[in-house]
Amino acid sequence: MSENRAHPGNGSDTGGDVMLIAVILVVGALWSLFTAARATDPLMAAHAVMFLVATVLGGFALVSHLSSGYVADRNAYEMGVVKAGVFASVFWGIAGFLVGVIIAAQLAFPSLLYFPDLAWTNFGRLRPLHTSAVIFAFGGNVLIATSFYVVQRTSRARLWGGLTPWFVFWGYNLFIVIAATGYLMGITQSKEYAEPEWYADIWLTIVWVAYLLVFLGTLLKRKEPHIYVANWFFLAFIVTVAMLHIVNNLAVPVSLTGSKSYSLFAGVQDALTQWWYGHNAVGFFLTAGFLGIMYYFIPKKAERPVYSYRLSIVHFWSLIFLYIWAGPHHLHYTALPEWAQTLGMTFSIMLWMPSWGGMINGLMTLSGAWDKLRTDPVLRMMVVSVAFYGMSTFEGPLMSIRSVNSLSHYTDWTIGHVHSGALGWVGYISFGALYCLVPWLWKRKALYSRALVEWHFWISTLGILLYITSMWVSGIMQGLMWRAYNEFGFLEFSFVETVEAMHPYYIIRMLGGLLFLIGSFVMAYNLWRTAKGDIREKEYARDAALAAAPAE
Amino acid sequence: MYETLASFAQTWGLVLFVVAFALVLIYALNPRNQSKFDAAKRIPLEDGPVESEDDTDVR
Amino acid sequence: MLNRHEIFEKRGLLLTVAILVVVAIGGVVEIAPLFYLESTIEKVKGVRPYSPLELAGRNIYIREGCYTCHSQMVRPLRDEVERYGHYSLAAESMYDHPFQWGSKRSGPDLARVGGKYSDAWHQQHLVDPRSVVPESIMPPYAFLDERPLDYSQVEAWLKANRAVGVPYTDEMIENAKADLEAQVDPFSDIYDEFLARYPNAQIRDFDGDARQISEMDAMIAYLQVLGTMVNFSTYEPEENYR
Repeated sequence: MSENRAHPGNGSDTGGDVMLIAVILVVGALWSLFTAARATDPLMAAHAVMFLVATVLGGFALVSHLSSGYVADRNAYEMGVVKAGVFASVFWGIAGFLVGVIIAAQLAFPSLLYFPDLAWTNFGRLRPLHTSAVIFAFGGNVLIATSFYVVQRTSRARLWGGLTPWFVFWGYNLFIVIAATGYLMGITQSKEYAEPEWYADIWLTIVWVAYLLVFLGTLLKRKEPHIYVANWFFLAFIVTVAMLHIVNNLAVPVSLTGSKSYSLFAGVQDALTQWWYGHNAVGFFLTAGFLGIMYYFIPKKAERPVYSYRLSIVHFWSLIFLYIWAGPHHLHYTALPEWAQTLGMTFSIMLWMPSWGGMINGLMTLSGAWDKLRTDPVLRMMVVSVAFYGMSTFEGPLMSIRSVNSLSHYTDWTIGHVHSGALGWVGYISFGALYCLVPWLWKRKALYSRALVEWHFWISTLGILLYITSMWVSGIMQGLMWRAYNEFGFLEFSFVETVEAMHPYYIIRMLGGLLFLIGSFVMAYNLWRTAKGDIREKEYARDAALAAAPAE
Repeated sequence: MYETLASFAQTWGLVLFVVAFALVLIYALNPRNQSKFDAAKRIPLEDGPVESEDDTDVR
Repeated sequence: MLNRHEIFEKRGLLLTVAILVVVAIGGVVEIAPLFYLESTIEKVKGVRPYSPLELAGRNIYIREGCYTCHSQMVRPLRDEVERYGHYSLAAESMYDHPFQWGSKRSGPDLARVGGKYSDAWHQQHLVDPRSVVPESIMPPYAFLDERPLDYSQVEAWLKANRAVGVPYTDEMIENAKADLEAQVDPFSDIYDEFLARYPNAQIRDFDGDARQISEMDAMIAYLQVLGTMVNFSTYEPEENYR
């Protein structure tokens, strides 16, 4: 005990974590009571009540934890919070994919799936729900779970901060619930991927600082001399997202007891701030964070070290340096000054190189072990994910070229591009990590069924292909139709004719999304059985027999 | 104003980038760091067994 | 032993600081100049802060997520200028907190939709889009017609906008509620005062229902002002060549 106290990294042992969480809960409860009583709009009152319920539940959980007399073994890893993260990832993943399929269906069959008097079922409110659910709820929980797992194991140290990691997990998920219910009720800042209003943003900032402290605290008390490169990527993700989140969400609330606020910036400055944020949400949330997963889970699963550690260092610094400039390519030909557009385009094209450096590093880790791709569907999923990463990081720079962008911008091509990155890269690397983590965390010898992983892989791959090809066709077609002229020099098509032309592709896209959703159900079932400790004996007996049979 | 900023960025900015990139390359390719990197890249493989019964120990 | 450990510990912090420095450079160099380079926003006559009713409509536009399908940014490309009108100027969104340029056109651009269609068309289209455009994939917004507009906070809306830089005067804030009501009433007592505060604002009962000021009134008032503030018959782009 005294030894631990002497250790500089173990601030948690003094009970500071409990004090801090208790203070946050009490202040949060008082704030929500006050706000609920004096709310200037009913939406704010609803959120204040939800927040109050959350703080009360949190208080109960804290008291029951303390009174249980449970003392954590400081020499053991904190894996409970990782398990919770895995559970939340699967839950939010399915929820987010489901909402995606619903809104895809709405665009394909508008007269069936809209309800004139139910405002909350409209596309405009469900679309932010979909994007936030898949990016922040699914992706965010995957990142919290994997980063907590990886930083502990590669540092050989228990998570810093006692109960603080649990605060991060529950606090983050509370933010998700506040954001999601807000969208449905009509609370939004309208800044894409930063829709939650000011009070949710403040809450996320508190949670995120705690996340940074836990991560950094664990790194500081590590027993390994070197900080493994996966942690560099996780750290860059946490630090940069904090910066982006704070700057892009600067706003003045209409009232301290009301939900509405107005952005501090206007027009052109607001647009650039937003897309500086938006593109780096892609760069640091959906790329850097998941590259952290790649750099740990692929070597681990392939049982060989990363191809080149030197390359990973160059990859890291050049990626984070270049990415931050790329935002203005979202604003080509707009009222943004041209020098800023050119800067964004130039850096986006340069970004191709570190991206492919990272892809090569991930893929070549398999060199000498390519046969594992045939026998290990989980590893295959992660390798295909890296291939999708390569594909979308080639497509991205291409689309950032101003003349290409003049065609692709505002069309479904962008949607297709995003989904090849989101479903292929982020989705598959996450699924791969989840398939690894569940047997490891629940201490099972193997997954319940490898055949089900195969099914998941093929169903969702077909889904992704349907999705991105239909969006390529519909996007390029619509872009060309908008600029088509007839023989008399007039615009050939009215806008609504281009909408009509996209109908079949919207149906294909919906089917692609549906297949991806079905795949995630297969995964959830497989992971559930694995965690329960079941194993599909038949399958493994057959594999053993095959392995025992002499090679031909 | 714009011209001054632009000319500064196009000259000294470029120098700064090249220097920064060179520093990263020197760090990454310096043979003296090789052994450190070799040790580092094995961290995930040597962070203890995961599939055994006892993986909770901080070794 | 202790010393060596300390160096390692510091490296974690050093890494954090290095990351922050590296990622901050791009943002500072790219975004900061937009705030003080005068050439960023053209000097144009006619752009004024939104009237209270238009601002209320804008709040609804944001609330319903219209930006997820409609852009408000006409690019200087031949087909766009012919389809939508004069390309958008930075000045036209200088009071837009936040901006509504959008990123996707599942529906057409709305930067210059003001004045293109009648109020009645907008109302019918919002209530049931497919009744006027059969191939439309837009959601219906029939509820806007029934819901009374909640403008109890209208003064606070204007104040918050002033806090972030929109030049609402004390007079505008004091009269916000009256101005909002005056814009739907062509026979109001403050007709001229209102127009003096918000030049060229359109005054009429937008949803054709005099019994209440509905969310539909606000929404149509906002749509009808979009892109109409600058008079492009007298606008000289050369004056703003940078």
